[in-house]
Amino acid sequence: MPLVNNMAATRFRVAFAATQDEDPEISLKNGIATHPAIGNGKLNGYASLASDLHVRKRRVVDTPTSYKSKESFEKISFITSALTHLGFYFLMFLGFVNQLLFTPKVAQEQNRKGYAPLYDQFEVFYLRYVYRRIRDCWNRPISSVPGAEVTLKDRVTHDYGWSFKFTGTETRCINLGSYNYLGFAESSGKCAEQSIQTLKKYGCASCSTRLELGNMPIHNELEKLTAKFLGVEDAIVFGMGFATNSLNLPSLITKGCLVLSDEKNHASLILGLRLSGAVTKVFKHNNTNHLERCLREAIVHGQPGSGKPWKKIFIIVEGIYSMEGSIVHLPDILKLKKKYKAYLYLDEAHSTGAMGTHGRGVCDYYGIDSRQVDILMGTFTKSFGSAGGYIAGTKELIDHLRVHSHGHTYASSMSPPVAQQIITSMRIIAGEDGTDAGRNRTKQLARNTRYFRRRLNQIGVIIYGNMDSPVVPMMVYLYSKIGTVVRTLTGHGIATVGVGFPATPLMAGRIRFCLSAAHTKEQLDYVLKNIEEIADTLGLRYSRKPRDPNPIEYYSDSETE
Amino acid sequence: MSSKFIFLESVDLLSTIPQYHLVLGTFLLLWVAWLTVKRRYNNRQLPELSNDEVERKIANWQPEPLVKPIEKKYHHALKPKLVSTKVGKRITVNGKDCLNLGTHNYLGFVGSSEIEDTAIAAIEKYGVGSCGPRGFYGTVDVHLELEEKLAKFMELEEAIVYSYGFTTIASAIPAYCKRRDLVFVDEKINFSIQKGLDASRSNVKYFKHNDADNLKNLLTQQAEEENKNPKRAAKTRKFLIVEGIYMNTGEICPLPDLVKLCREYKLRIFIDESISFGVLGKHGRGVTEHFGVPRHEIDMIMGSLDWAVASIGGFCVGSSYIIEHQRLSGLGYCFSASLPPFLTSAATKSLQIMERNTEIFDTLKQKCLQFDARLKELTSFCLSGFAESPVKHLYLKEIPNHADEWELLNLISDKCIDNNIAVIVSAYLETETTPPRSSLRICVSVVLEDVEIEHACQVIEKCTEAVLSSVK
Ligand SMILES: Cc1ncc(COP(=O)(O)O)c(C=O)c1O
Repeated sequence: MPLVNNMAATRFRVAFAATQDEDPEISLKNGIATHPAIGNGKLNGYASLASDLHVRKRRVVDTPTSYKSKESFEKISFITSALTHLGFYFLMFLGFVNQLLFTPKVAQEQNRKGYAPLYDQFEVFYLRYVYRRIRDCWNRPISSVPGAEVTLKDRVTHDYGWSFKFTGTETRCINLGSYNYLGFAESSGKCAEQSIQTLKKYGCASCSTRLELGNMPIHNELEKLTAKFLGVEDAIVFGMGFATNSLNLPSLITKGCLVLSDEKNHASLILGLRLSGAVTKVFKHNNTNHLERCLREAIVHGQPGSGKPWKKIFIIVEGIYSMEGSIVHLPDILKLKKKYKAYLYLDEAHSTGAMGTHGRGVCDYYGIDSRQVDILMGTFTKSFGSAGGYIAGTKELIDHLRVHSHGHTYASSMSPPVAQQIITSMRIIAGEDGTDAGRNRTKQLARNTRYFRRRLNQIGVIIYGNMDSPVVPMMVYLYSKIGTVVRTLTGHGIATVGVGFPATPLMAGRIRFCLSAAHTKEQLDYVLKNIEEIADTLGLRYSRKPRDPNPIEYYSDSETE
Repeated sequence: MSSKFIFLESVDLLSTIPQYHLVLGTFLLLWVAWLTVKRRYNNRQLPELSNDEVERKIANWQPEPLVKPIEKKYHHALKPKLVSTKVGKRITVNGKDCLNLGTHNYLGFVGSSEIEDTAIAAIEKYGVGSCGPRGFYGTVDVHLELEEKLAKFMELEEAIVYSYGFTTIASAIPAYCKRRDLVFVDEKINFSIQKGLDASRSNVKYFKHNDADNLKNLLTQQAEEENKNPKRAAKTRKFLIVEGIYMNTGEICPLPDLVKLCREYKLRIFIDESISFGVLGKHGRGVTEHFGVPRHEIDMIMGSLDWAVASIGGFCVGSSYIIEHQRLSGLGYCFSASLPPFLTSAATKSLQIMERNTEIFDTLKQKCLQFDARLKELTSFCLSGFAESPVKHLYLKEIPNHADEWELLNLISDKCIDNNIAVIVSAYLETETTPPRSSLRICVSVVLEDVEIEHACQVIEKCTEAVLSSVK
């Protein structure tokens, strides 16, 4: 597999928790490959930013304000990155000593003596002695709607993270962790009411698949509405967003096709590609130069081995990248797609509903006709406060999926109340309910996003991604800082998410804030005040960019238009 | 995501700690080298070919169309039957009120007001969606409750709940089975297991459907091979994956024999109990209870909440040692939003009803046996499936010349629906490893009365005769 980029393999195996007994040679290459890629990705983002800026001034006519200038991936000083590495290896070393000295208090496998060990040694070590230290920052149970605020069930550990006990108390926190972009996670109001009505009418589930006896009028209504909302001919929906990717890519992409996949693509896309059996080449995150190079090479060289021309070439990207906070450079990618006759698959899991003045996703944001994208995919889990996913496009495409999709044939059909929640919220977003409630939500989200990001810049922390992206990763770099920041913020009633190696590059640990239309300015101010405080005590002011000395305004309605 | 925290196999840090300096040094050198050549690399032309040639090649390349036009034989899939009521005992299919023999509502829980009230209360408390994966504030207390309940129900240590039945099985398998591992599976396994195996990239060996002797042969062959290279063999994990009741045939797996083989040849065994969970056994605990096989002999039991439980989602149960692992490496668990809380509550309620009302399993068994006896009398069909299984496949005994089996069955199904009995032809994809033979699939439910069973069988018989005589 000469064309299969090593990075693809790395990410894959990373995601799959694969064992160590892969080809030692590839493993080693990968081990190193991960690191330069980190450097490259960032350097490149930076470099292309600088160089693109003046090119863009002359060239761009049809795109909104040169969008790349809204994007930033600030580079960190060498000292910090060295420290991050050292800190991490120190942690590993401590864990190693720990493992020698103490037996773990975990369950052992019973009655399986003489069997090949089920888990990989290193994986177990990492889980027990490194991850355990900050294990309390994830999987926190909640007991309320994941709205603008959320109720956490408090838990304590008396044994350094091996186990947790509930204290019986609860903490109310401002919720910056859930993907509730438009604030439709609500337990009362129109959405909930209509879903309950539907539940009474159609029940919770149908115990059948769409092709057998699980096809209800509400599914057809949802598909029509989705297609209309996105401005395309037809759509098909599934009960789970993850499955929408992983069960449909194999029926669209076959052997003999080449897939150019963004480096930061989601696990469900990678799984779908793996199941499809097509050759995958990974291009650098959002880097259209690299993408173009890959396209040219692919067409010129054809399939590896035989040199036969590729049957089809697919470009697979996401709308908003949930770990980077970046927005896909869609106008450039569309140009490349047309120039090289490739097909574009756009996963709008995080952007549908959340981007654009009409909430129709990144196409709306860039003012592009969504029919230019061959395959539009998205999930209903996030902005719509529901569950499931869709694929939308031409009638021909969707008919193909209705016949060949794994999900459509074998997986149970979408629960009717879940479908109703999407229908109701989508109508509100599209303004079909006759109010401007939806419009206000998208506006509020855009306003919150701008305000929050500007304020963070002013505080002097490094944040990644596009000014308009409601996903805001704040860089803390050091592995141990992830835990500290998450815990400190929780102590102040703020629920956030930390992400670290290997979900991110080793030295790029981050805290991720997800903004919502449900957040008020007061809530954001409270959060910002707390971040500002810990930025000093924990040393988070990494940014070397000039800071805006003036107070940041929370825009009035007219200014965000 | 948090879950990726442990998967840093790419940096075998432990083994590289002594060489770390070397690696770092190399990396720095590479980095510097990369920086210096970067500019040139950026402007680099494609090798060998001249600019014109490259441009020409690009201009000449024509991709195949995105999708091919749909072949005629598939047109049925574009117009699936439309069900405009709750999918309970009676359903309205394409405007016709029918007795439902087509959905997997074995325990008749669809439409139970007790379950619906629980679900409504959950919407009123938690809203509809969970807006996040389990790791990121998507763990609602009802998920923990359901997991605890499932573990208790199955008398095992721990359970894990996924948000989609299909993905449960397709994610759980690659969480354990890796490249170079060896997996023995029945040749008739369902599609989600097939996908799980594809994702795992393990070596897969198929044995004949429900044939323990055939499996034994394969295992002895394997053992001989392993004797040649014991070192490698000690590292190769071996698994057996079977279904409790096979979705595609309705047969039950010969579990005691399989378990014996597993112990003898040191295989770990995973069972997909999607159908048998909540069906077989005195308490509905599935195929292990049916055969009286101690549950700790089974490494993992996977199941779906879509069918008997009448909600949505899937789960795995087993020892904590096994299940815990999926919380960080079950792809569909880590990287997808959690199950909507109201569906979780509904599933918990179903389990409660099952616990409280264990006669239901006996009733179901009686109905299955009754159906089995009656369906065996049908002259034009042969019946496949374990007598106590709620899923029964009817295969045509004789296919008139030149007629397509699948089309005939569809005609019969349509005719039955016209006569108010909803029977369906099971839907399969042609991309399966071995596409199962077309059949009428009957699902038995406790809500069916004796007279209804009798009537349904008569209608099926009549409609079949009518269709067969019309094509002769
Ligand atoms: C890009 C992308 N695709 C797909 C998904 C999966 O969606 P769902 O949570 O609905 O399964 C996610 C969710 O995290 C995502 O970020």
